[in-house]
Amino acid sequence: MNFSVEFRNEKIAKALLTEIKSIIKSKIRIMEVCGGHTMAIRRYGIHTLLPNEIELLSGPGCPVCVTDQQFIDMSIAYARLPDCILLIYGDMLRIPGTASSLDREKASGCDIRIIYSTIQALEIVRKNPSKRIIFAAIGFETTVPGTAIALKQAKIEGLDNFFVLCAHKTMPMAMETLIEEGIPIDGYIGPGHVSAIAGSKIFDPLATKYNIPVVISGFEPVDLLQSVCLLVQMFQEGRSGVEIQYKRLVTHQGNVKAQHLIEEVFEPDTQYWRGIGAIPGSGLKIRKGYEKFDVQKQLPIQVERGPEPKGCLCGQILKGIKRPTDCKLFGKTCTPTHPIGACMVSSEGSCQSFYTYQSPEDLRESIV
Amino acid sequence: MCLGIPAKIERIDGEYALANINGASIRIGLHLLDDVKTGDFVLVHTGYALEKLSEEEALDTIETLRQLESFDPENLTPDT
Repeated sequence: MNFSVEFRNEKIAKALLTEIKSIIKSKIRIMEVCGGHTMAIRRYGIHTLLPNEIELLSGPGCPVCVTDQQFIDMSIAYARLPDCILLIYGDMLRIPGTASSLDREKASGCDIRIIYSTIQALEIVRKNPSKRIIFAAIGFETTVPGTAIALKQAKIEGLDNFFVLCAHKTMPMAMETLIEEGIPIDGYIGPGHVSAIAGSKIFDPLATKYNIPVVISGFEPVDLLQSVCLLVQMFQEGRSGVEIQYKRLVTHQGNVKAQHLIEEVFEPDTQYWRGIGAIPGSGLKIRKGYEKFDVQKQLPIQVERGPEPKGCLCGQILKGIKRPTDCKLFGKTCTPTHPIGACMVSSEGSCQSFYTYQSPEDLRESIV
Repeated sequence: MCLGIPAKIERIDGEYALANINGASIRIGLHLLDDVKTGDFVLVHTGYALEKLSEEEALDTIETLRQLESFDPENLTPDT
């Protein structure tokens, strides 16, 4: 079967919209916390189809957007070291640091290479035994297994020139933090691919503690509409808990093999999120058994935390307090070709998705 | 970065496989999965198969949605 076509069926989408309109009785604020969902909602115009009672908020789900500026500054410092090759995932290249960006450093002669997979990372490590290869590892539970596989393989092969600068994050504590901060969220669209690895079980404590519905969603229009429909039903019935809409991929237990691999290589740690700050237990650090690959242990560099760009609202946009269109820089001095804030850099960022798929609904006043 | 792409396994070679993604054959890692067979569908993210895709569950979801009261099969767009 084609896993995309069936979930883009117009008649099913229309039926779901009719269903949503027939059951909705009060206002509901739904937040998604996955950059893939942000983009799919905007690309398919889901937000323009829903009744006015439903407000979709975009949360801290774009890994590039939540990457702390200090991490970019640190990556730049490592890229400047002699005989170093810095490996990054593509979108990181253009995130502005305090005084420079990796893009600018690359143009100045630093050896910075974009990789799609850690399979490529190890190929570069093997081909360059006289260089120190540093991988700037960002991303959520979805991306963590790739780093873990590379570290395990590097240990087996004795690749002493491979290092990781780790900023991996995990989702549940960030979602809890937003609720703790008092941001009004009535339901979460849960991240589909994070849950494929970690299992929908990681959101059980959140749903129980805050009495909130969470629906793990796929990325096609029918997936998202069905997820919204389920959330509206649960919210109106006063039901909390975690439900899976994306059943063709996600289970409650998740990918146990991947979880064991992550557990072997990483342990929970405090991570710093752009706009939110330090959140205990919201990230991962490399375990002792693998610390010979931890660049911060082997080649420590201290970098001060610089100020955020003046006027940039990325921090508040990531928390769902402001919309991209509330920012005075949006679409004027900050555009995808000249981004000032991280949310305009990534193809999954709120600002870039608003910029690319603008609609009259964007001019609605924020209700938060 | 959350982007995941469905792919069909064409050939398995140890911990790696050739997978068909929209007509292109791509080499992917199977490190995260056991019991992958040729013909299976998987979701690929950053070069690794994250999890198998269940055709049965996909069809079940679609069938449930076709049972919605407001679903109108008369005007069904062809599933091509």
